Amino acid sequence: MIVVVTGASGFLGRAVAAELVAAGHEVRTLQRRPSQVPGATDVLGSVTDASLVARALDGAEGVVHLAAKVSLTGDPADFRRVNVDGTRTMLDAAERAGVSRFVQVSSPSVAHAGAALAGVGAEPASPEHARGGYARTKAEAELLALSRGSASMRVVAVRPHLVWGPGDPQLTERIIGRARRGTLPLLDGGTALVDSTYVDNAASGIVAALGRADAVHGNAYVITNGEPRAVGDLMAGICLAAGVRPPRFSVPAGLAKAAGSAIERAWAIRPGQDEPPMTRFLAEQLSTAHWFDQRETRRDLDWAPSVSIDEGLRRLAAHYRSAGG
Amino acid sequence: MTAPAAPAALPPTGLPGLDPAWSRLVAVPGAGADAGLTRTWHVLDTGAELERLGATPAGTILAVHGNPTWSYLWRSMLAASVAAAAAGEPAWRVIAVDQLEMGYSERTGRHRPLAQRVADLSGLTDALGIEGAVVTLGHDWGGVVSLGWAVDHPQLLAGVALLNTAIHHPDGVPVPAPLRLAGARGVLAASTVATTAFLDTTLALASPPLPAEVKDAYRAPYGSADRRGGIGGFVADIPADASHESRPELDRIAAGVAGLEVPALMLWGPKDPIFSDRYLDDLVDRLPHADVHRFEGANHLIAEERPYAEAILQWLDTTPSARRVGAEGAVSRREGQVSIRRPAGDYSTNGVVVDDHSTNGAEAFRPLWTGLDARATDDDVAVIDMATKRGPARRVTWRQLHDRVLDLAAGLAELGVQRGDRVSLLVKPGPTLTAVIYACLRIGAVVVVADAGLGVKGLTRAVRGAWPDVIIGERLGLTAARALGWPGMRISAERLPYAAKAALDVSHSLGQVAALGAAIRSSGEAPPPEPGPADEAAILFTSGSTGPAKGVVYRHGQLSALRDVLARHLEITPETGLVTGFAPFALLGPALGTRSATPDMDVSAPRTLTATAVAAAVRESDAGIVFLSPAAVLNVVATADALGADERAALARVHTFLSTGAPIGEALLASAAEVMPNATPHTPYGMTECLLVTDVTLEGIRAAASAPDAGVCVGRPIGDNRVLVSALDADGRATGAPSAEPGVLGEIVIAAGHLKDHYDRLWLTDRMAARETEALVDADAPRWHRTGDLGHLDAEGRVWIEGRTQHVIVAADGPIAPVGPEQDAESVDGVRRAGVVGVGPHGLRQAVAVVETIPPVARPGLAEPELAAAVRERSRVPLAAVLAVPQLPTDIRHNSKIDRSRLSDWAERVLAGEKPSAP
Repeated sequence: MIVVVTGASGFLGRAVAAELVAAGHEVRTLQRRPSQVPGATDVLGSVTDASLVARALDGAEGVVHLAAKVSLTGDPADFRRVNVDGTRTMLDAAERAGVSRFVQVSSPSVAHAGAALAGVGAEPASPEHARGGYARTKAEAELLALSRGSASMRVVAVRPHLVWGPGDPQLTERIIGRARRGTLPLLDGGTALVDSTYVDNAASGIVAALGRADAVHGNAYVITNGEPRAVGDLMAGICLAAGVRPPRFSVPAGLAKAAGSAIERAWAIRPGQDEPPMTRFLAEQLSTAHWFDQRETRRDLDWAPSVSIDEGLRRLAAHYRSAGG
Repeated sequence: MTAPAAPAALPPTGLPGLDPAWSRLVAVPGAGADAGLTRTWHVLDTGAELERLGATPAGTILAVHGNPTWSYLWRSMLAASVAAAAAGEPAWRVIAVDQLEMGYSERTGRHRPLAQRVADLSGLTDALGIEGAVVTLGHDWGGVVSLGWAVDHPQLLAGVALLNTAIHHPDGVPVPAPLRLAGARGVLAASTVATTAFLDTTLALASPPLPAEVKDAYRAPYGSADRRGGIGGFVADIPADASHESRPELDRIAAGVAGLEVPALMLWGPKDPIFSDRYLDDLVDRLPHADVHRFEGANHLIAEERPYAEAILQWLDTTPSARRVGAEGAVSRREGQVSIRRPAGDYSTNGVVVDDHSTNGAEAFRPLWTGLDARATDDDVAVIDMATKRGPARRVTWRQLHDRVLDLAAGLAELGVQRGDRVSLLVKPGPTLTAVIYACLRIGAVVVVADAGLGVKGLTRAVRGAWPDVIIGERLGLTAARALGWPGMRISAERLPYAAKAALDVSHSLGQVAALGAAIRSSGEAPPPEPGPADEAAILFTSGSTGPAKGVVYRHGQLSALRDVLARHLEITPETGLVTGFAPFALLGPALGTRSATPDMDVSAPRTLTATAVAAAVRESDAGIVFLSPAAVLNVVATADALGADERAALARVHTFLSTGAPIGEALLASAAEVMPNATPHTPYGMTECLLVTDVTLEGIRAAASAPDAGVCVGRPIGDNRVLVSALDADGRATGAPSAEPGVLGEIVIAAGHLKDHYDRLWLTDRMAARETEALVDADAPRWHRTGDLGHLDAEGRVWIEGRTQHVIVAADGPIAPVGPEQDAESVDGVRRAGVVGVGPHGLRQAVAVVETIPPVARPGLAEPELAAAVRERSRVPLAAVLAVPQLPTDIRHNSKIDRSRLSDWAERVLAGEKPSAP
C-alpha cells in the first residue's frame, strides 16, 4: 500500500513513517523539513499547498495526517490555517486521488473542557468547549475529517495522549529542560492522574487504525499506554531518566492557572523564543486528572501497547546515557 | 370533620412516575352508614396492563395509603408489577386505592370513622370481585385499615405487608407529640384543613428530601380546604384514648391481627417521629413470625426513601403465596429457602423444620447452664473479678453463682420477664453481668449485648433497634437510657439512692430482684420454664465498622454449640481456668464449667490492659488459657518490662494463649509468646456472626509464611466448621457457586453449628448474607453465611483473608483484592503500613497505594520518586500512584483496621487533581 504521512519531520510522525516502512508499505512523507526516515520518500512543503498535496497523494491508498500547528499559544489564524484549512486540503486531495483509508491524527484535548476526566472514552470533539487555539482547531479538523468519510474513503480519528519518548522535543525535552533550570513546578502536589503514551505505542496504534479503517470507519479513538500515573510521578520518571533532579516544589493550581492566563496575554504581545513557561491550558493539563477507558480502543483496533511506561523510562534513560546527557 | 361533597375524578396526567393507564374510577355500593348509596373510588390497578401483557397474576396486592398521602405513594409498586409481567416473571396485580375523602376519590361530606373505612374497603373489593390470594399492603393509618380488611377476609388473605404503621397505642402513654399537636382542638382544623401545614410536614419526613415535582404530585388532590377535609377527619379519628369512638374497632383489629397466621412483612423507617420502633415492636409481638427489615436512616415516607417494592416482590417470591402458616407456627417453605423469624419453639432452619429437642443427628442439647448446675454445691471459686477499683479481687464460688442465678431468674420472672422478652445489658463484664446473663438465659429472656465501643450514638441506635423490654444497667448506662429515651423497664445493677432511682426512672435494683426471687424460691414455687434450643438466647451487635451495627440473633442451641466447639478445640476441662480479657469469651467460663478471671482493665478500652494485670489474674485463677483482644495484646507486650520474677513465673504456667477479635500478625504474636513462654499462641478468625471459624497457631503462621499466597493466613476450619469460597466474577461480585477449590479469589462462605441464626429485624440483610447458599444446605450445615470477607483457600485447606468484598478493586483486567498488594508495599523498607484502594469508574479502577512511612511524612502527597519506584517494584499489581500520608485513616473500633472506604474517597479526590489534604 502506498501511504502518505504528513508531518513526518515531527517526533510522532517520524515514528509512524518508520513503522509503516518497517511494515513493508511504500511511504511518502509530506512536510517542510526532511523527515530523515530511512526508506521513505520525502515531499517537502506545506499541507496548505493544494498542488503540492495533490502531487504527493497521486496514487496513494492510505493517508496518515499528522501535520499540525502544535503550540500552547499563538495567533488563532495561524492555527486555523494549518490545522483546519490544511486538513481540508488533504481531504479534498485524498478524495480526488482515490485514497481509501484516511487516518486523522487528533488529540484528546478536542473533547476536554477542562474538568477532570477519569476513565472516560472518546467523547465527540467539541470546538465550542475545547480549550486553547490548538485544541479548538484540532476539534474542528477532526469533525471535518469524520464528516468526509464515505464508502470509498474510510476515515478514522485517533487521539494519542501525551506522547513522549527519546527525541521528543515537545513534552519530554521541555520537562527536562525546565527541571534542569529549576522552573518546573508540581501543581497541587502533582497528584492528578494522567494517561500518557510512549511514542512506539502511539505509532503502532496509528498504524493499527490505518489497517482497521474499514471496520472502525467514522469513529474516534483515544490512544494511551493504559497506565495512568500521577502527573508528578510521570514527570519525576522522565527527569530521573535524564539524570535531572525531579521537581520538588508545588504551587497551587489556581494560582498557576491565573498566572498562566496573564503570561499568555503578555506572550501574545511580546512573544519570546520559546513557548511561554506556563499557560492556562497547560496549568489545567497538569493539575486535573485526564485518563481514559482503553477497552474499546484495544478491542476495535485489535491493538495493545507493547512498551510499558517503566520500559519506556528505561529506554529514555538509555537514550540520555548514550547521548552523554 | 367534613367538607362539601364532590365527585371522584381522574388525576391529571404528567405526574412523575404515574402511568395514567393505571387509573380507573370504580362505583361501589355504599357500606355501613352509606348503605343504599353509591360511592366512587379512584384506584390505581395494574390488572388491565397485566392482561395486555399476557401475564396471569400470581395474586393481588391491595395497597392502602395513609394520611395525608394518596395512592400515588405506591407508584413504584405498580411499576414493579408491570415490569415483572413485561419480563415474563411472576407478576402480582397491584390495586392501590384512594380512600374515600382522600386523593381523587369521592368527597362524601360524611365523617368516616375507622369501622366505616374498613367497611368501605370491603365494599370496594367486593365490587371489584377480587379472587385468589390477596396480600395487603398498608402505610401509616392505611396500615390499620388494611389490617382491618385482612382480619375480615381470612379466605382471601395470603399475607400482610406493612410500612411504618401502628395497630395499638398503650393507655397512659401519650401519643407522639406531632400528632398530639395536630389533634389538639383548634390546631386540628387549622393545621390539617385550612392550611397545608400537616401535608407539608408529612412530605418533609423523607430523607433524602423529595424532589419538588414529587411533592407537588402528593399535593395535587389536596389543593383547597374543601379537598383537605379528609386529612383533618383522619387525624380526628386517631383513637388517642379509650373513650374514642374508633377505639373498639382498633382493639378488634389489634386482637384479630394477633391471630393472623399468614406470612407478614414489615419494612420500617426508624427515623419516623410518629410510627416509631415502639409500634414496630408491638406489631412484632403480635406477629412474631413476621419478616422485619428496619432501613437504618429511613424516615416515615419509606416508600419514597427505600426500594420497598423490590423488597416486597423478593419477599413474595420467597414466601409461598397464599400458603397458610400451620397452626403450630411452622411455615412450610419452598425447599432451600432461607429461614425466617419464627415463634419460639419452632426450630426451622433453611426450610428444614426439626423438633425442639433434636438437631438432625447433632449431639443432644445441653443448655448453657448445665456446667453451672453440675457444680451447684461446689464451694470452689467460679468467677474472679480483678477489675475492682478499690479493694481486693472479688471471688464468687460456684454455689454462690448458681444461687444468685436462680434468685435473679425467679425475681425477673416475678417482675413479668418472660421467654422471648429482650433484656438489654449495660453492665461491664464481671460476676454481676455473668449472673444476670445466666439468669436471663434460664428463663428464656433474650440478652441484648451492645459493646460500649459503639459510642453513644451507635449504642442508642442498637438499643432502639432491638427495642428491649428491660434495661439492666449501671448508673452511666441508665443515665444514657433516660437521657436518650431508650425503651424498657429499667433495673439498676447497683443500689441507687432514692433520688437517683427516681431521676433515672429505675424500678428496681438487681439486689431487690434477687431478694424477690429468693423469697419466691423459698416459698417452693416452681421455677419458671426453661427455654429449648430453638428459643432466641442472645442478640450481639457487630462492630459497626462496616455501616450501622447489626444485631445478630443466636438461639440457645447455637450458643451451646459455641461452648462445645470451644471446649473441644481448646480441650477445656473443669481444671483448666481461663483469663478473659475479651468480653464474649468472659461469659463462657461458667458454661464451660471452669473458673474464669477478668483481669484488671477498663473493658471498654482494652488497650489499657497491662502485662502485670494479666499475670495477677493468671496467678489468682491458676489459669491455663488466656484470651486477649488484639489491642490488649499490643499493650501487654508493651508493658512486659514491668513484670517481676513472680509474675513471669505465673505467666509461664499458661499453656494456651489466644488473640481473639481480629487476626494479628506474626511479629506481635511472637512478642506475646515471649511473655507467656510455654503457651501455644493462637489467633483464630471469626466475627460476631460466628465467633470461631478458623484457627492458626504461631507455628502455623510461620509455616504459611513461605507460601506464595496473598493475604493473611488464618489457618484451618475449627472442628466441623465448613469454609468455602464464592468466586468473584470479572465484575467483582461474588457470584460463583461456593467451592473448596484452592487458589480461587472470592467471598468466604461459612457454616457451623454455632453460626448465628439471623440478623435482628434486617430481613433483606439476612437474605443477602445467605444468598445462593441453598444448594449447600445439608443436615450438618443447615445454615450458611456470606462473611463479606474476601480470600481464598489453599491446597492444604488453609484460609487466606485478602480484605472485604466491598473493597475489591475492579480493574479492566479483573478484580483485585487489597491485602496482597498492601503486604507487598509493607515489605518495602521505610513503609510502616499501606492501604491499597481503587480510583476511577467501576470496571476500570486503578490501584493506588497509600503508605505511612518511617519516619512519617509531614504532609500528604506523592511519595518520593525512589520510594514510589521501590513500592511499584514489589507490587504484584500495577499502581497508578504511590501516595504518602502522615497517618492512614482507621476505623474507630479497631484502631488497626485501615478504613479503605474513606481512603478510597480521599484518593479519588486527590488523583482527580484536588490539593491533597489529610485523608
